[in-house]
Amino acid sequence: MNSVILIAGARLQAVLLLVFSAYMLLRGHNAPGGGFIGGLIAATGFVVYAIACGTADARKALRFDPGSIAGAGLGIALFAGLMAALWGDALFTGQWLFIGETEDDKGIPLSTVLIFDIGVYLVVLGAILSIAFSLEEAV
Amino acid sequence: MSWYLTLPLVIPFVASIIAYLLRSSPLGAWVSIIGSGLGLIASIALMAVVLDAGVIAGQMGNWPAPFGITLVADLLSAVMVLITAITGFAVAIYALSDITERQAKLGYHALFQILLAGVTGAFLTGDLFNLYVWFEVMLIASFGLLILNGGKEQIDGGVKYVALNLISTILFLTGIGLLYGMTGTLNFADLALKVEEVENQGLLTVVAMMFMVAFGVKAAVFPLFFWLPAAYHTPSFAVSAVFAGLLTKVGVYALIRMFTMVFDHDIGFTHTVLLWVACFTMVIGVLGAAAQSDFRKILSFHIISQIGYMILGLALMTPLALVGAVFYLVHHIIVKANLFLIAGIAKRLTGGTEVYQIGGLYKSAPFLAILFLIPAFSLAGFPPLSGFWAKYIIVKATLDVEMWFVAFIALAVGLMTIYSMTKIWAEAFWKPHPDGIEPDLKTLPNKPAQIIPVAGLAILTIIIGLNPEPFVIFAERTTAQLLDPTAYITTVLGETP
Repeated sequence: MNSVILIAGARLQAVLLLVFSAYMLLRGHNAPGGGFIGGLIAATGFVVYAIACGTADARKALRFDPGSIAGAGLGIALFAGLMAALWGDALFTGQWLFIGETEDDKGIPLSTVLIFDIGVYLVVLGAILSIAFSLEEAV
Repeated sequence: MSWYLTLPLVIPFVASIIAYLLRSSPLGAWVSIIGSGLGLIASIALMAVVLDAGVIAGQMGNWPAPFGITLVADLLSAVMVLITAITGFAVAIYALSDITERQAKLGYHALFQILLAGVTGAFLTGDLFNLYVWFEVMLIASFGLLILNGGKEQIDGGVKYVALNLISTILFLTGIGLLYGMTGTLNFADLALKVEEVENQGLLTVVAMMFMVAFGVKAAVFPLFFWLPAAYHTPSFAVSAVFAGLLTKVGVYALIRMFTMVFDHDIGFTHTVLLWVACFTMVIGVLGAAAQSDFRKILSFHIISQIGYMILGLALMTPLALVGAVFYLVHHIIVKANLFLIAGIAKRLTGGTEVYQIGGLYKSAPFLAILFLIPAFSLAGFPPLSGFWAKYIIVKATLDVEMWFVAFIALAVGLMTIYSMTKIWAEAFWKPHPDGIEPDLKTLPNKPAQIIPVAGLAILTIIIGLNPEPFVIFAERTTAQLLDPTAYITTVLGETP
């Protein structure tokens, strides 16, 4: 498809979707959102871009092979689970760190759960994109 | 304690990730071998701990049972994990010679490790829904392996395989939903306690039958076995060996687990159905094999027939019969995987798997002939190989409960197994090759990678055959745990029973 309007619109939309996906990923622990849905939204961004500008450009914008992104994501998710071993807990036990914790404020909570969610985000992004790009290229 | 349980699961996942990232380099195959080797060590460690403690359990993510995901290993789980690791290790070595560069590039080694993780997970989980998840992991990985770089034939087999397995999955999920509605729990140990309190025992039997059909498809019992002979002769030999050895046994394992621990409320009905299923499975499988002439198709039908023996052991539900089923399970995985690996070597030497079109293996490759004879005779039940003891225990158990006709069927099927093994022997090994080819083991590319796993599995068969006593004693301990799950339940749920 060779439409200037679509290309200009898709570029804007892809950026917005990527930012929104990061927002979704981070708010996921206590509110609707999380790695899975964030990954889906990010994948949508790249798919929109691929439809407008072609898969070759989209692959270049992604920088890495989608399959490898999924593999790395699986690795990160597993790593988050394995970190529980450092504290002597069972696999996938969540570990929390509260930065600047005071009596009535929990500060900034960081956890291995977030790392796990980032892994999920990458798995979904990579898996969806490797399917979508292959389909797009097969047409 | 829980890390003994998680390591056999984590190692294949790590190996799979590394193998996937290295898929374009020849190192991928070695990552798979090293991963399987480490997995084997972890399974041996698990086995040692379980032998000592009886049952061990771990709560993943520290969520207490029955709410979180529980991993449990009793003796049955531990031995299945160990045998999975052994088969996985052997096939990973064999893959060096069998998997093309193109298949490796598409991610064969990663999928293979995920398949091993799925099988191991199914054996270790203590939760029905988690079992479903592992079934799905297995299904996706095995579908990928089936059609990897395949042609029309592979996709045809793969689609049949997935379609029938999805039907089983739907039934399984429906059953899970109904069971959860009735009992409010999906943890095996908790279920074992809660099913007794269910008011509507009739509905419970209905759900039990849904599980029987769902696991029956996975185990390829009569009349749900069609997908197996349609799919197993199509992929590469390493893939079909690990399928033949492990996948159907997961179904058998799930049947044994559910129908000894959870669904033992109406043995008169459910286990009578299983008895008929077992008899038909044995007979139809062996008859199907007699009609085939492809090396791997004959072996595929034999899987079905042998599954019948295991189900028979479960159906009788006496201690001795269950000992037989457990013994059979272990013996059959080793023997069957080995026969498929040998079929691969035979194809590379003679150029085909259609037994009427090949031959001459005995004269020019006598060593391979011996390697074939060991698992083949073991499968047919010749003393003193492992299959003899497995069949002997099952038949003895049948005679003990005075089911003469069933015992007759079991023996007759054994006889017909010899017939098909003789067919392979006479055609592929004894008669000269119709095209005058004289296959020679020396010409085999990458020979050690093919011979070592085959010989290793054959030696295991001989060890079990010549020294069955420790294995039978082990199977007796396993059976005692199955028939009295008190230790299992208290270990999973903590002190309050």
